[in-house]
Amino acid sequence: MEDISLVTVVFMLPLVGLVLMLLFARTEQGYRWGALVTSLVTFGVSLLLLRNFDTGVSGLQMVQKVDWITADSFTIRYYVGVDGISIWLVMLTTFIMPLAILASFNPIKDRVRLYYLFMVLMEWAMLGVFVAQDLFLFYIFWEVTLVPMYFLIGIWGAEDRIYAAVKFFLYTMAGSLLMLLAILWLGNKAGTFSLPDILAKLETGELSFSTNTARWLFLAFGIAFAIKVPMWPLHSWLPDAHVQAPTAGSVILAGVLLKMGTYGFVRFNLPLFPEASKTFAPYVAVLAVIGIIYGAWVSYGQKDVKKLVAYSSISHLGFVMLGIFALNPAGIQGGILQMVNHGISTGGLFLLVGVLYERRHTKLMSAFGGIWRAMPLYSGIALVIVLSSMGLPGLNGFVGEFTILLGSAGSSVLSWWFTFFAAIGIILAAVYMLYMFNTVFMGALDKEENKRLPDLNWQELWSLVPILVMVFVIGLQAGYFFKFMDGSVQELVDQVNTYVMTAAGQ
Amino acid sequence: MFSVPDLSDLNAGAALPAIFLGAYACLLMIVDLFIPRTRKQITVALTLVGLGAALALSLLALGDVVEFGDGAVAFGGMYVADRFSDAVNVTVLITAILGVLVAYNYLERIRRQRSEYYYLLLFTTLGVMVMGAAGDLVIVFVALELLSIPLYILSGFRWPQEASEESALKYFILGAFSSGFLVYGIALVYGATGTTDFRALWQSIGQIVADDASSKYLLLVGTGLVLVGLGFKVAAVPFHMWTPDVYQGAPTSVVAYMSVAAKIGGFAALARVLGAGMGNLTLGGEAAAAWQSTVWIIAALTMILGNVVAIVQSDLKRLLAYSSIAHAGYLLIGVAAVGTPAVTDEAVRAVVMYLVAYAFTNVGAFAVIIAVEKDDASNTGLDSMRGLAARQPLLAASMAVFMLSLTGIPLTAGFVGKWFVFKSAVAADLIPVAVIGVLTSLVSAYYYLRIVWYMYFEQGKGEAYVPAPLAWAISIATVGTLALGIFPYLLSDLANGITLAFGR
Repeated sequence: MEDISLVTVVFMLPLVGLVLMLLFARTEQGYRWGALVTSLVTFGVSLLLLRNFDTGVSGLQMVQKVDWITADSFTIRYYVGVDGISIWLVMLTTFIMPLAILASFNPIKDRVRLYYLFMVLMEWAMLGVFVAQDLFLFYIFWEVTLVPMYFLIGIWGAEDRIYAAVKFFLYTMAGSLLMLLAILWLGNKAGTFSLPDILAKLETGELSFSTNTARWLFLAFGIAFAIKVPMWPLHSWLPDAHVQAPTAGSVILAGVLLKMGTYGFVRFNLPLFPEASKTFAPYVAVLAVIGIIYGAWVSYGQKDVKKLVAYSSISHLGFVMLGIFALNPAGIQGGILQMVNHGISTGGLFLLVGVLYERRHTKLMSAFGGIWRAMPLYSGIALVIVLSSMGLPGLNGFVGEFTILLGSAGSSVLSWWFTFFAAIGIILAAVYMLYMFNTVFMGALDKEENKRLPDLNWQELWSLVPILVMVFVIGLQAGYFFKFMDGSVQELVDQVNTYVMTAAGQ
Repeated sequence: MFSVPDLSDLNAGAALPAIFLGAYACLLMIVDLFIPRTRKQITVALTLVGLGAALALSLLALGDVVEFGDGAVAFGGMYVADRFSDAVNVTVLITAILGVLVAYNYLERIRRQRSEYYYLLLFTTLGVMVMGAAGDLVIVFVALELLSIPLYILSGFRWPQEASEESALKYFILGAFSSGFLVYGIALVYGATGTTDFRALWQSIGQIVADDASSKYLLLVGTGLVLVGLGFKVAAVPFHMWTPDVYQGAPTSVVAYMSVAAKIGGFAALARVLGAGMGNLTLGGEAAAAWQSTVWIIAALTMILGNVVAIVQSDLKRLLAYSSIAHAGYLLIGVAAVGTPAVTDEAVRAVVMYLVAYAFTNVGAFAVIIAVEKDDASNTGLDSMRGLAARQPLLAASMAVFMLSLTGIPLTAGFVGKWFVFKSAVAADLIPVAVIGVLTSLVSAYYYLRIVWYMYFEQGKGEAYVPAPLAWAISIATVGTLALGIFPYLLSDLANGITLAFGR
């Protein structure tokens, strides 16, 4: 038995917490604190991942590989590890979860035990998605994330929660089932389901598919991921799910779940099907840019703050997709950083909306106005997060979007028009965000019921402060974050390019 | 002239688990006469002991701890005790134990506590075991009758309730009809090949294929009729009509057992007959068997019809009836893949794994229906699930696990079964039917999830009655479903090494 890797420890901690909660927690309070402590410990241990991470290595690190299912014609492994692409997503997950759990302390009063069990289960499944290096393992966690989210939306959501929960489940499952077939096909052909092994076989030429097959496989994986991102026009589940979900559910959805889609593109589509990636890049980019503009445009038309934030996600994720399919280091690094940024900013925005909703039980912008006078602390934090989401220089959003635009402008597969339209999206983001801020926080405090709103309590404050800190840290010290990605992203881009070059040379 | 075989040549020891169960059932019939009417729990306990002992024997054989008899072939090739039959035995015996546990209090409640129930159940189980070990078409037929006839009686166990009587009569008439098809098919196959023994059949078919003899047409018609006969048993479209009515009318405890046991028997027979007897029946130089395309078309129709019609059902028993039709479709994908020689082993193993997963899940789901059903057979509508999570959290959680498993969500047994069945289909290059399979799984997600949302997202009375034996059955089924899902190697290790004796 080899040593247990740190990645396994981080990944299994939520499960350990879950079992301990089931065994020892007797009261609702026990479950609350059990979940919080579990997620905090997971976060603490995941910080060690950063310390032990060797930025000089481009491949997987802290790997653990155990044969799990062995059959005559194939093996399935428990195979986990992190590299420069997944490390920040693991960190994002462990960072967001304690905040989401803390933010649930007040609003969730019903079926408390079940709620926190699902939260911890959720964290486990999401970590599984990001650390899994075996397609079987990946698919398991990819699907398992649906279950707790289905319950979170369905039990603790708003009025139309059942519709939203079922739509969320069926929509995402539709995509993943085709991916399942693609996975089975790949594994059957390769005799293994481990991604690194498959990539190695592709490199040595031991395994190869025809151009046509590769494109079909690209689509089978791609549609599953595109639904999750969500890319226009597959986005219609998102506004429903986001708006109906409880605050913490929206935070997790926006913060982490959507990144599973974009991560999937980087992890699977680009290295496995480089030729298809290059061929489809302009088409994906068109959809991404449509998403950027459409998301921004529709956001501007919303009357409901939560809907506005939900649609803004479509716009932001469009940037991420554009960066990834620029297929150069700047674009992909910007894309990955923007995944983290979006998780932090939009997660923060949903927490802010949750605070308002708790006090007024409405999310309509017209119900507010002049909130700054009633809740100055809250409004100050909101201003920073809104600006970060808009991409103000010095804050996190700017670094990501700027790098993505650099990447797409310098891309050999995308024309400069994409950059141009994406830049318009940034302007539109400023429009809808500032419009929202103006309506809700500025102006006269003219509604009677808003005058006595209490400012943040300690739980709300402590769920927002870490976000505030990260907004500045990433904004001012982005180099630290890029340093982790350099090696892995460069290797990925090389993989894509060499393959296409050899193919062109033949 | 016939030569009378020496008894020691029969190698009867190989069939020990089945022989034991058969003898035990006969013995129980007699012993039961001396057990007073008011103390029927003794009969139940004896039934469980018998099933447990047979299960222990089968497990010993499966785990290669003890080898009963000398080699796999017994009774001159009539009975084949290989790893496949061991796996079938274990699966059906576990199902039967769960079936007895769910039945006891239910029969008490509906005032039908009679010992016939238990030894009929033993005979059915024996039928399934023999079916999984058949090495001859005649044995397939005999085992099928042994499996079916007790089930006809059990379906009508709730007389004089009309639904139950109707269910029994319908099942009997259509079952007899399908037996007719099977026998006729066997006769035609015999006419073409001159044998019913799988080993001789394989050689004879090889000869017919090599010579391209005209008797191949007779053979094809015969094979088709055998498919029809077995298709009835497993409720494949278009031979599924009886299923919803029979499932809805029969006592729920019977359905819990029957829905799984009949499937295990039917699919074991399909795998044996098609895989070990007729796997080399190829036409026009194709690699895959001639029946493969027929089977996959039936599979596609079965999945589509079962899943689509299940959506509109408002009665849980009826809904699960259509769901069981749909699952027959998924299993048929595996059977179709058996027809590709390179994939035969993998596909047979996939079918076995799917059956094991299905056994735990489906008995569990019906057990939950038994818990909510009222004494007068009412309250089996979807509405009975409303608000169950608030009043009966553990029962609802179990039901949620079963529903997710039937959908095929990971970390449940159902996912592992689907994964391997679809994998074998992809390996056999049956991509279209695999695509239909995953798309219909999506459809099924809707109606399974609806049960979950009724339980968890809505308010209702959520009444249920869960006596200890039923609680045990549900717990075993839940733990089984989850354990096989979380540790999928349990299933794959069970299936590894299964190859059909005979053939090739």
